[in-house]
Amino acid sequence: MAVLSFERKYRVRGGTLIGGDLFDFWIGPFYVGFFGVTTLFFAALGTALILYGAAIGPTWNPWLINIAPPDISYGLKLAPLKEGGLWQIITICAIGAFCSWALREVEICRKLGIGYHVPAAFGMAILAYVTLVVFRPLLMGAWGYGFPYGIFPHLDWVSNTGYQYLHFHYNPAHMLAVSFFFTTTLALGLHGALVLSAVNPAKGETVKSPEYEDTFFRDLIGYSVGTLGIHRLGLLLAMNAGFWSAVCIIISGPFWSRGWPEWWTWWLNLPIWR
Amino acid sequence: MSALKKALAIALPALLLAGCELGVKEQEQVGYRGTGLVLITDPDTKAKVGEVPAPPYELTAEMLAGDRAKTAYENVQVLGDISVDEFNYLMQAMTTWVAPDGSNIKDAGCTYCHNPENMASDEKYTKVVARKMLQMTQNINANWKPHFGNQENAGVTCWTCHRGNPVPVNNWATAVPDPGNITGNKRGGNTPAKTVAYASLAYDPFTDYLAGKENIRVGGKAFPTAASAASIQSTEKTYGLMMHMSQGLGVNCSFCHNSNNFAKWEDSRPQRVNAWYGIRMVRDVNNNYITALGDVWPANGKGLYGNRRGPHGDPLKVNCATCHQGVNKPLGGVKMLKDYPALKGAAPVAAPAPVVATTPAPAETAAAAEAVKPAA
Repeated sequence: MAVLSFERKYRVRGGTLIGGDLFDFWIGPFYVGFFGVTTLFFAALGTALILYGAAIGPTWNPWLINIAPPDISYGLKLAPLKEGGLWQIITICAIGAFCSWALREVEICRKLGIGYHVPAAFGMAILAYVTLVVFRPLLMGAWGYGFPYGIFPHLDWVSNTGYQYLHFHYNPAHMLAVSFFFTTTLALGLHGALVLSAVNPAKGETVKSPEYEDTFFRDLIGYSVGTLGIHRLGLLLAMNAGFWSAVCIIISGPFWSRGWPEWWTWWLNLPIWR
Repeated sequence: MSALKKALAIALPALLLAGCELGVKEQEQVGYRGTGLVLITDPDTKAKVGEVPAPPYELTAEMLAGDRAKTAYENVQVLGDISVDEFNYLMQAMTTWVAPDGSNIKDAGCTYCHNPENMASDEKYTKVVARKMLQMTQNINANWKPHFGNQENAGVTCWTCHRGNPVPVNNWATAVPDPGNITGNKRGGNTPAKTVAYASLAYDPFTDYLAGKENIRVGGKAFPTAASAASIQSTEKTYGLMMHMSQGLGVNCSFCHNSNNFAKWEDSRPQRVNAWYGIRMVRDVNNNYITALGDVWPANGKGLYGNRRGPHGDPLKVNCATCHQGVNKPLGGVKMLKDYPALKGAAPVAAPAPVVATTPAPAETAAAAEAVKPAA
């Protein structure tokens, strides 16, 4: 039954992408759906394989567990299970789970008759991940370019991969991605603070309407993007952050091998001032 | 309108790709899988390995056994103990290496250093410099073997740096200080400098590290405080030097380091030990040979063959790129020295500073130092 008084109307049958009525039901508050089942399958298998990988690895320290991709020498072939093969299967499971989840979101959107903004936004995160572990390795010609699954190990990968290009902060797409990530958090911080202020008035005062919220920002910066607009802006900023992250890593290696600072010599060499 | 669109459709992707290196890259994995320790180079844009000129002629055993040079010629101070034939062989090779006949260099050939009327005369400053450079070459080959991984016949000749030029193409001199006023004062950096691979880092890391005795000690175990020795400035200067080394050798940071901990010797590649010696070798060369020549170097504008000093007045000196020229093993690692035994120098006079053992920085380094310390 509905957890919230208004929830019943969310339970709309139909709108599935695949399977018709198959799995078109809810368990408690959760919609199942065909893609809910595939999500569960891939997530459970992937998690079990990670645990297996940890079990045959040298440590159970959760910071240090490391499921590493194969050696570069395996190229785009399958590797033995204990030499990167696990990483390859877990990667398939991860992509399967992420994409299933996105498609489940699509089905829910169709049931509700709303736009596909949420699955599109999640799709950008999937794109960034797939760029790291599939597209870039494909372009470089070896699965070994994927990042390892582990807390510290993946940070080591990020660090070493960055230093391959001497100074990664000069990567133009990295600059954009970082700027969009920070702007996303800034916008979220401003928006969250504004909403919390509006709905938590001082004792004896009433909750403030969006008119007040707009006025606050018009006073502060001369402009308010509005209650709907802030969410559109947030979506734009966040999707750009993911998109430029994907770009910044796909160009590092497949399309540039030297230090990123040196890339900017095209600018220094423009005929107008060189 | 559609023509404009068509032009844009062609021009935009072309512009976007203009800064790219397309095509398959050369790859070498240098660490455990998944650590991102890979060297990636583009075969189309990486520095070409220089060619090695053939020896003037074959040096036979009889030639090596002939009269000593010091008995046949006057004023032979460094090469007196080799045979006359080997001496002439080396002189001929040096001419090819430094001021080749037929080039457009002024006085190319023997006369670049010698007065043809009196070959023994030291009247040309270039001859005095050449003598010092011979001593330098012998010193490098005899005393800095660890930089070459202690391999037989690995070492340098004049060609390693000169490549047919009287002054090696890659050199450095102390940068002119910034103006004291606000405008134009870049505070030693903040400009895309070629010396540091176009990063906006301190653009003269050489004076302190490759002539001065400053050490790369910016990593620490404790959280930095006001009392910490390493400042942001010295850290950036270190980074600048590393950028130069990477560019000079055509490699990236992973060639020597694991960025998990730059300072840790156990996780570094053996190349880092070579580099450690290299920094000290370059210092020895700059201080005890090039700068030691003092006023032998003509003042700028007064020399026979052009300027030999930087804007600050100090002579043009050596850095990693001088020999390496964008290649991690100069000349692709060809052991040129085997054809020029006279340049090998005497047996080591004094073992070079006992290496990594003197780098006390992190505590675990001492143990690593013992492991990597060559039998000097």
